[in-house]
Amino acid sequence: MAKDLLFEIGLEEMPARFIRSAMEQLKERTVKWLDEQLIRHGDVHVYATPRRLAVLVKEVAEKQEDVHEEVKGPSRKIALDENGQWSKAALGFARSQGADPEQFTFKELGGTEYVYVSKSRIGVETSSIVAGGLLDILHAMSFPKNMRWGSYDFKFVRPIRWIVALLGSEIIDIEIAGVKSGNVTRGHRFLGGEIAIDQPSDYVEALRAGHVIADVNERQEMIVKQINGLAEAQGWHISVKEDLLEEVLFLVETPTVLYGTFEESFLHIPQEVLITSMREHQRYFPVLNSQGELLPYFVTVRNGNAEHLDVIAKGNEKVLRARLSDAKFFYEEDQKLAIKDALSKLESIVFHEELGTVGDKVRRIRRNAEKLAAVLQADASTAEAVNRTAEICKFDLVTQMVYEFPELQGVMGEDYARKAGEPEAVAKAIFEHYQPRFAGDAAPGSAVGSIVSIADKIDTIAGCFSIGIVPTGSQDPYGLRRQAAGIVQIILEHKLSLALPVLFDIALETHEHFHELKRTKDEILKDLADFFGLRIKKTLSDLVRYDVVDAVISAGYDDVVSVIARGETLMAAVSGQSDFKTTVESFGRVSNLAAKASGEKVRSDLLNEPEESQLYEAWKAVTADYREAVEKRDAGRALELISSLKNSITLFFDQVMVMAEDEAIRTNRLALLKAIDEDLKIFADFSKLVWA
Amino acid sequence: MNFQQMILTLQQFWAEQNCIVVQPYDVEKGAGTLNPMTFLRSIGPEPWNVAYVEPSRRPADGRYGENPNRLYQHHQFQVILKPSPDNIQEIYLESLKRLGINPLEHDIRFVEDNWEHPGLGAWGLGWEVWLDGMEITQFTYFQQVGGIETNPVAVEITYGMERLASYIQEKENVFDLEWVNGTTYGDVFHQPEYEHSKYTFETSDVKMLFTLFNMYEQEASKAMDQHLVFPAYDYVLKCSHTFNLLDARGAISVTERTGYITRVRNLARHVAATYLEEREKLGFPMLKKGGEIHG
Repeated sequence: MAKDLLFEIGLEEMPARFIRSAMEQLKERTVKWLDEQLIRHGDVHVYATPRRLAVLVKEVAEKQEDVHEEVKGPSRKIALDENGQWSKAALGFARSQGADPEQFTFKELGGTEYVYVSKSRIGVETSSIVAGGLLDILHAMSFPKNMRWGSYDFKFVRPIRWIVALLGSEIIDIEIAGVKSGNVTRGHRFLGGEIAIDQPSDYVEALRAGHVIADVNERQEMIVKQINGLAEAQGWHISVKEDLLEEVLFLVETPTVLYGTFEESFLHIPQEVLITSMREHQRYFPVLNSQGELLPYFVTVRNGNAEHLDVIAKGNEKVLRARLSDAKFFYEEDQKLAIKDALSKLESIVFHEELGTVGDKVRRIRRNAEKLAAVLQADASTAEAVNRTAEICKFDLVTQMVYEFPELQGVMGEDYARKAGEPEAVAKAIFEHYQPRFAGDAAPGSAVGSIVSIADKIDTIAGCFSIGIVPTGSQDPYGLRRQAAGIVQIILEHKLSLALPVLFDIALETHEHFHELKRTKDEILKDLADFFGLRIKKTLSDLVRYDVVDAVISAGYDDVVSVIARGETLMAAVSGQSDFKTTVESFGRVSNLAAKASGEKVRSDLLNEPEESQLYEAWKAVTADYREAVEKRDAGRALELISSLKNSITLFFDQVMVMAEDEAIRTNRLALLKAIDEDLKIFADFSKLVWA
Repeated sequence: MNFQQMILTLQQFWAEQNCIVVQPYDVEKGAGTLNPMTFLRSIGPEPWNVAYVEPSRRPADGRYGENPNRLYQHHQFQVILKPSPDNIQEIYLESLKRLGINPLEHDIRFVEDNWEHPGLGAWGLGWEVWLDGMEITQFTYFQQVGGIETNPVAVEITYGMERLASYIQEKENVFDLEWVNGTTYGDVFHQPEYEHSKYTFETSDVKMLFTLFNMYEQEASKAMDQHLVFPAYDYVLKCSHTFNLLDARGAISVTERTGYITRVRNLARHVAATYLEEREKLGFPMLKKGGEIHG
C-alpha cells in the first residue's frame, strides 16, 4: 500500500530572502530522487516558515518498480571470433553488464544481428532506501550562504535543530549534525510547543494547532486579507510592495497585522525619506490617502496572535520615532551644507581608481553635457540649466541622508537643491539624471534631465571601456548594460537626433582631454558600437520578429530612433500586407544584379528600352523624397515610396535583358539597379527576411 | 528595572549558564567583540564561555549629548559560548524573561543580519533580534576570526544595553535612563559625551593621531617579533581606536581609508595566527580540563 512521506527540516530562523528558492529546491530534489529511484508517487507539497522547510509527498509506492530491459551489445560479427568463440569485446560486454555470455541472445536490428542480454531488477522496499535518499536531498540543498555551528563538521543555511521524517506512521531514521529524526515537530516559538505527528497528512493541521501556518500561500493570503481589511476599515491606501510582502511572509509563522502612528510633524520630511526609512529599516508598510499623500501611520505584521497588540504597537512607535528623529536630524543638518562645500567634498570620493574622483567625473559630465546640448540644438535657457545640473548633479552623495539611504540619491539632491534656491528645472533634472534607474523605470521627463543623464551614463560606459572593463557573460559589475539601455530608452522616448558615433566621440574626446586612454580609440569605438548594437537588438527583439531585427540592424543603427521606426514599419508590412512578399522578391532581384555593378553612375541617355526608362523615371521620382523620409525617420512614408517601385521593377525584369551584349548598355542597366539597391540598403537588408 | 539591575541580572543569568564573568577590558575599543576575551579566545579548539559588560567607544557616533539615541560611548553586554550550544536561542530568550520581557506580550523576531569586521578579518552569520521592531541584540555564529576559520564555532550574543533599558524603562531619551534609583544615565555620562564629542570633532590633534597610529603599529609589530600576543593585541586595539578618531574627524580620505583598514587587519591576522600557535605550544590547556569551565 502506498504511504505518504513527510520530511521536515527544523531550523533556527532562515534568512527570509533564501526561503522561496529553498522550497523550490526541496521539491525538485525530492521529485528527482523519487523518479530516479523509480518510486511512483502522487502530489508533492512544500511548506516553509522561517523555522522549517518541509515536503509532503502523497501516495509514495511501497516498492520501487521492477525493471526489465534488454541491453544491446556488439554485433554478431564482432562478438564471435573466426573460431566461433566469444571475442574479447563480447566478454567485456558481459562483464560490464554483470552477465554470463551464456545468457546472450541474438536479435536483428536494421539488417545486422546484435548480441542482447536481458536484465531484470526487482524493486526494493521504499522504506529500505528512503533514509539514504532524504540524506542525499538534504546534503544537496544549496544556499547563497552557508554556516557551521557547534562542533559539527557540516554546513547549512542555519543550524538544524530538529528533523521529522515519516513514511506513513513509521519514523525514517536519519541523523545529521547531532540531530536524530523523529515524529516531533515544533509549533510557534512562543505560542506552541512540541507536537507529535502521527501521519504525514496530519502535518498542516497539527502545526495550525501549534500556531504555525505552514502553507505559504495561505499565510500570504492571511496577510493580504488583514491588510485589505484594515485599509477598508480606516479608508486608507496601504502601499504593499511585492518584495517587502515576500520578506514579511518569511519572517512570521502566524501573521497578525497591526498599525501604529507617528507624529504629524515628521511629515515635513520628504515622503520618500519617510517611506524608505519605514520600509528598509522597519519592514513597515506605509499608509497613504486617496491622493497618494503619506499619512502618519504605519502597518506592520506581528509574528504571533492578536494578544497585547497595544504593547507591540507602542514599542514599534517608539522605534520609529527614533528612526524618524534621526532622519529629521540628517535632513536638517544636510541643509546646512552649502552646495559648493558639498561639491568640494566630491574631490575626495573615489569614483574608480583609474577614472579618478567623483569630482573628476563631474567635470567630464559637464563637458559631455555642454557638447550634447549643442548637438541637440538646445536653446540658451536649456543649455544654462544643463550646465548647472551637470555641475551639481552629484552633490547629494556627500549628504548624511544619502549615506544612510543610498537609494535616495537624486531624490535628496532634488529636494535640497530646490530648498537652496536652485532653478526648478535644475532641481528636477538632478533627480532625473539617474533615470531610468532600473528596467521598467521612466526616462527623464525633461530635456535637461535627459541630456545630463546621457552625459553621465556615456561617461561611465566609455570610461570603463577605455580601461578595458567591458561586460562579458554575467559579469557586469558596474551595470553598464543597464546604463546603455537607459541611453537607448532616453533617445527613443525623446526622439533625439543624436547619432551614436557622435555620442561616442564626445565621451571619448572628454576622457582624452583629462587622461590618457588605455586602449586605442578605434578599439574602444568598435566595442562601444557592438555593445550598443546588442542593446538596440534587445529593444527591437521585444517589438518585432528576429529576421526583421536582423534586416533593419544591417542597414545601420547609428540613429536609434530610425532603426526602431524602420523595424516596426517593416514588421507591420511583413505581417499586414499580403503582397509584400512579392515586393521584397522584386527588391531581391535588384540587389542580386546590383552586386555585379561597377562604380558607374546611371546615364539617362543610355536608356533605350521603355521599361528601362520607366523604372529610371519612377526611381527618379521617389529617391529624393524617400531618402528624406528615411532621414526624418518617417519609416512608413519611406517604405511606401520605395515599395511603389515594385511594378516598374517587375516590368523591367520581364521585358529588359540586363546583361546586354553592348557593354555600355549593360553597365548602365547595372548602374540603375545599383542606385536603387543603395536606396534599399539604407532602410533594411531585405534579403534577411524569412518567409513561411 | 534600572540599568544597574539589568547588568547584575544578566551577569547572574550567564554565570548560571557556566560563563565566567570578567570585567571590562581597559583599552579603548569600538565593540565588545574586540575585547581579547572574545577576539582571541574565539580562536582555536579550546572551549570558552564568558560574559562581560563592555563600554564601547564609537567616536563618529558622538552627538555632544544632544541626540536622544546616539552616543560616543555605549554599553554592550557580551556573551561568548564556544562551542555554541544546541539550545542557545532558548537560553537567550530565557535571559530576556529574566529582564522582565515576556515573549507572549511582545513581538520577538530573529531577522537576518550578517556581521563582518573587515579590520579584524572576522565575519559571522546570524541575526539582529527585534523586540517590537527594535534591535536589542546582535546574535552571531563566528565563522572566521582574524582570518582563521573557527572550529568549534563560537556564538556571540551582544545586548545593546541602552536600547534595552530605554524599552524596559519606557524612556525616550537615553540620558533620562535610571542607572540606580535617583541617579540618571545623564548624571553619569552627559558631560563626558559632550566633551568627547567636542574633542573628537573639533579639538583632536590630527597630526599627533597619525603619529600615534604609526607608533602603535610599530610597537605591535615589535611585540609580535617576541611572540607577545596580548601586548601586541593591545596596540592593535589602540591603532583601531586612533583610526576611528581620525575617521570621525574626517581626516582620512576614502582612498586612504582602505589602506589603514588593511594595515590594522594585517596586524590582527598576525596576532590571531600567533595566538593559536602559542596556545598549541601550551598544549591547549583548556582542552585538558575536559571542556568543563566552572562559573
